[in-house]
Amino acid sequence: MIIDILSWVCLFAGGLLGIVGGIGIHRFPDFYSRLHAAGITDTLCAMLILFGLGLQAGFTLAAFKLALIFVFLFFTTPTASHALANAALHSGLKPTLDMDGRGVRP
Amino acid sequence: MFIAVSVAILITMGLALARALTGPTTYDRIAAVNMFGTKTVLLIAVLAFLSGSTDLLDIALVYALINFIGVVAALKLVTQKNFHSSEENRREAE
Amino acid sequence: MHGILKMKSYSFAALLFLFWVFLSGHLTPLLLGFGVASVALAVFLSKRMNVIDHESYPLHLSSQLPAFFLYIFKEIIKANIDVVKRILQWQGSTISPQLLDIPVQQASDLGRVIYANAITLTPGTVSIELSQDTITIHALTEEAAQELATGSMAREVSNRVLVE
Repeated sequence: MIIDILSWVCLFAGGLLGIVGGIGIHRFPDFYSRLHAAGITDTLCAMLILFGLGLQAGFTLAAFKLALIFVFLFFTTPTASHALANAALHSGLKPTLDMDGRGVRP
Repeated sequence: MFIAVSVAILITMGLALARALTGPTTYDRIAAVNMFGTKTVLLIAVLAFLSGSTDLLDIALVYALINFIGVVAALKLVTQKNFHSSEENRREAE
Repeated sequence: MHGILKMKSYSFAALLFLFWVFLSGHLTPLLLGFGVASVALAVFLSKRMNVIDHESYPLHLSSQLPAFFLYIFKEIIKANIDVVKRILQWQGSTISPQLLDIPVQQASDLGRVIYANAITLTPGTVSIELSQDTITIHALTEEAAQELATGSMAREVSNRVLVE
């Protein structure tokens, strides 16, 4: 019962984080800052949803597969983010930087 | 309950798709498609539990790998304009 | 050297077969036969590609790896909360994107990659260029940039991951 509640909390928090990340990629001003918003949905959102599903599955083969999906995402998403940012930098896309320290409104 | 989570994931996918359509740069589009792919993996995983057939998790597993390879391949095509030359080959040619 | 490589290939095959059994979950002779065939093919291809080396067997990594993962999860959660605040403009919070170079002490390729991946995994900081002794970082906020510049994450990586 407690496990059930915990899993629903994780699943809902994951879903909400996904939507917030989705809002983020529309609010932020340039490509590099949007990458951070996409990073939210790739890390904690995915972790919470997979963890919540794992709690539902219990100690089964399904939980092992969820753990594998988690491991793959854990290792591939930073690589993909780095490759994207690196390619964008080398193609000459300039990041909007906050030079005067007053902050940029998202 | 699983339905609510899949709807939340679908909304996120819709937002990512909107970013992929509006751009403005190619890299924005690829980042959005990458995010869309990650969300697809999660959606398949949730659907596996929703429908009760956990065999769908294998598909999610494969999709996670294909999504990564696809994004890296698309990036390579965009930055180098072709698939046949690697960084080493270019250095040797120069 | 040749003997070690052979041993690694055998243990690699055993690991792959275990992986196959866990993924398929079926134990009929036909499917196990398919498993043996695909493991043999995978090991043959890996040997031809020369990818069976110390990097695919990170046994030299420290036994404190679980503690490192715990640390990374903690950092990810903290950074997520921060970025979510900035997206929703909680209490008028703004973003101030920064580019900065931070030094890398890790000598090995594996150590540098682990450090760069850890930086990218925490939202709010992305490593965009990796060279021999510096990593160029794009940070969403000045605070995230400052925190990385203190080098606490670098110390975690060197203390917890790369202890011989």
